[in-house]
Amino acid sequence: MSGFVSIRALRKSYGAFEALRGIDLDVAKGEVVCVIGPSGSGKSTLIRCINRLEPFDAGGEIRVDGTPVVPGRALAKVRAEVGMVFQSFNLFPHLTVRRNVMLAPRRVRGASAAEAGALADRLLARVGIAEQAAKYPGQLSGGQQQRVAIARALAMEPQVMLFDEPTSALDPEMVGEVLDVMRDLARTGVTMIVVTHEMGFARQVADRVIFMDGGRVVEQGPPEAVLGAPEHPRTRDFLGAVLNH
Amino acid sequence: MDVFDTFLNLDVMARAWPLLLQGLWVTLQLGAASIVAGLVLGLALAMGRLYGPAPVRALARVYIDVFRSIPLLVLLIVIYYALPFVGLSLSPFASAMSALTMVSGAYSAEIFRAGIEAIPKGQFEASAALGLTHRQTMSDVILPQAIKIVIPPLTNNSINVVKDTALASVVAMPDLLKQATQAQALAANPTPLIGAALIYVAVLWPLVALVSRMERRMGGGAGAR
Repeated sequence: MSGFVSIRALRKSYGAFEALRGIDLDVAKGEVVCVIGPSGSGKSTLIRCINRLEPFDAGGEIRVDGTPVVPGRALAKVRAEVGMVFQSFNLFPHLTVRRNVMLAPRRVRGASAAEAGALADRLLARVGIAEQAAKYPGQLSGGQQQRVAIARALAMEPQVMLFDEPTSALDPEMVGEVLDVMRDLARTGVTMIVVTHEMGFARQVADRVIFMDGGRVVEQGPPEAVLGAPEHPRTRDFLGAVLNH
Repeated sequence: MDVFDTFLNLDVMARAWPLLLQGLWVTLQLGAASIVAGLVLGLALAMGRLYGPAPVRALARVYIDVFRSIPLLVLLIVIYYALPFVGLSLSPFASAMSALTMVSGAYSAEIFRAGIEAIPKGQFEASAALGLTHRQTMSDVILPQAIKIVIPPLTNNSINVVKDTALASVVAMPDLLKQATQAQALAANPTPLIGAALIYVAVLWPLVALVSRMERRMGGGAGAR
């Protein structure tokens, strides 16, 4: 059987270096998957392949809701169904917060200014920054910017949300507010694939945790199994290093 | 025979003044038309150079390098005096505007390219992830940010275009310099030339000052977004 997001034989090489060495993965609709692993393990590359921000080697295949993620005209359509939140926010600095959220619904979905504005207001309220709507991203804290980025991605009503280390660039005191928003999102049944170093979040929120190392999936399962009683020695080493620092 | 009678002869200047104003008007028309056309050409070349298929990229690069190498005066004379031999006769205005546009387009293209390349990769990625097409990414996300960066160098380039319009006087274009040289010949007095020089400075000095101010502001406040 194949999942809502289905990944088959995914490989990615940079010259001689293989960042991904054959990944097979299925994510079901509504599932929350957290991907953990040391830096350089290929976890960011993996989720950047899902909307093909990162091209991958021929032979591998990724499908989202049955549609293959291949270059060409259809790619923008798949991307519109896959929301992404980046480590460095990547908000549009020349647009207000509200216009950041409105841009894609207007341009890609053809929504009217009034519709997109109402949607933006609703989503900004949902992530708790309605009162900042008229400001520019540069005037906000990192945590606020990342919440705007989440609202911007949600404005496309995506089928899947990808999070690429969404709290890694934040000051520690702002991590919680972003994780809270993500936790709420997980409760509403959005399919989420989250690359993270936040083990507490993974433990509480994930349906499944995937441990990657050296471009492969080393171990996966429910959080209590992978994080609580890891089978593979590399998983144990990694968790030992992360949890005891 | 003193210096004032020779170089700042008010009688001569009064007689030449209407001619100089006519010339200035032609100079400004030629400058403005060439600047606008050069910007359009430059943006198209920059897009071709950055995002076109391989042959388009190569052609754009060759064009840009060739037209930054060729002296404007040589190009102008080729267009005006050589093209008629293959049946293509352009008016002085069309010749001058073509030459200025072709060269200004090459310089503008490099300025646009530098501006676009200064935009962080994350802006392209965020746009792509939202499902924006390449064209939408350019018009809504990248160019509005790049324009801010390229306004000072583009203004500089525009100043150069206006100055270079003076070369058009060699193809009998009745621009400011041509009118001044004619008035000088008529009056047997160089005062109109001095007048023309002063008019060039009066028109361009404010623009030069504006660029300096913009560059100072950007230099000081670039990190403070």
